[in-house]
Amino acid sequence: MVERGLPTTILLTLGLLGMGLLMGYPIAFLQVYGPRPVRWFCRGYEQVFRGIPAIVLILLFHSGLSRTFGILLPAFASGLLALGLRSSAYQSQIFRGAIQSVSEGQMQAARSVGMTKVQAIRYVILPQAFRLSIPPWTNEYSSVLKDTSLASAIGVHELMKQTTLIYTRIQFTKGVEWILVILILVALIYWVLTFVGNTALGFLERRTRIPGFETKGQVER
Amino acid sequence: MDTRQRHKLGGVVLRVENIHKTYGDNHVLRGVSLDIRKGETKVIIGPSGTGKSTLLRCINQLTMPDEGKVWLGDCEITSRREDINCARAKIGFVFQSFNLFTHLTALSNVRIAPMKVGKMPKAKATELAMKELERVGLADKADAYPAELSGGQQQRVSIARALAMSPQLILFDEPTSALDPELIGEVLTVMIDLARDGMTMLAVTHEMGFARVVADEIIFMEGGGILEQGPPEQLVRNPQHARTGEFLNKITELYGE
Repeated sequence: MVERGLPTTILLTLGLLGMGLLMGYPIAFLQVYGPRPVRWFCRGYEQVFRGIPAIVLILLFHSGLSRTFGILLPAFASGLLALGLRSSAYQSQIFRGAIQSVSEGQMQAARSVGMTKVQAIRYVILPQAFRLSIPPWTNEYSSVLKDTSLASAIGVHELMKQTTLIYTRIQFTKGVEWILVILILVALIYWVLTFVGNTALGFLERRTRIPGFETKGQVER
Repeated sequence: MDTRQRHKLGGVVLRVENIHKTYGDNHVLRGVSLDIRKGETKVIIGPSGTGKSTLLRCINQLTMPDEGKVWLGDCEITSRREDINCARAKIGFVFQSFNLFTHLTALSNVRIAPMKVGKMPKAKATELAMKELERVGLADKADAYPAELSGGQQQRVSIARALAMSPQLILFDEPTSALDPELIGEVLTVMIDLARDGMTMLAVTHEMGFARVVADEIIFMEGGGILEQGPPEQLVRNPQHARTGEFLNKITELYGE
């Protein structure tokens, strides 16, 4: 279960988080600063991929594509594509929220010293939006990690697939109560992965913290 | 007084011609024109909602005017052919709410535009930024983030940020309106020093003390246009329009002499 399933789960998680990150930021910036047709397009994209259940997307990109168009992607690739596009839509909204909470005056000040729009985004908006996006992004990490288990439905040999393979076997060799043991074990592995990832992100949050961007709302009593 | 005489002969740095701006039904600016010569300081006063800030924003086109032209020196910067980023780099802008880059230290705030816009090497930009911070009396705060500075200090850093681009003129949009009364003085002192050093400035402010000391001209705006303009003594002692006198009385009451 662990030796094959765990690396695949981690690889898939990192892959689709990375894909979501690389696509999510441009989508968010285009949705805020892009010309109107581009904004509409990004909005449409984000609405489509946030509006469809993950399992439906996974099946669409795997069975749907192969049965109708004869495009048979490897299970891992289908899973990565489906969940990655979905995550990019969710992440784009995290980043859009962060970009829009950077005050309008920042853009105006950047333009007033002669920066182009792209320079202003690169040097002024992005560094601030990045910091603001870390806390909500931990949420996306947590849910994406666990959503990779859905890829087991198309036969990706990740943690969940391995688990079901093991317990269907073990119930005959060692008894049905072992199903419970194995499931609790896999639950624990997912929990640890979530915990470790969120701890790392919390560390990143503290590392990039600067005055004015600390957690607000702390009161003495 | 002598400072004012000295730079009367400079060429026109900024020429604003017949600026109009409408927001929906609201005709904010109704054909405003003005000139500023090199080294001059002009102060715009007037009731709120009369288009003073909009006028400043139209000058460097943070807001696009609907009609009218703006020249910086010989160059019409409202022309579509002109690179507005290039023009903005030569026009300093000081905001009412400071708008310092929150994620950067005071030093980096001042240094970033010379580096990224002016393509100055980092070491040279740092040296320049320190010089400008010294000029506003904040060299010791170079490593502080905006959130660690008082409002007055933030506004002084933002003046240093504008100065670092060696602008041909600086626009001040109510630079002291967001400050506690005891912090206004330090910002005005910096502005007075700038004016005396021959910086060309156009300031929207109701600090009549500042206007009297350094302004070559006070411009009274009302209803989206210039109602009256002239040297401070003339405008204060002998306003041509009843409305000007009325307004001046009101702000003298509020802001003192």
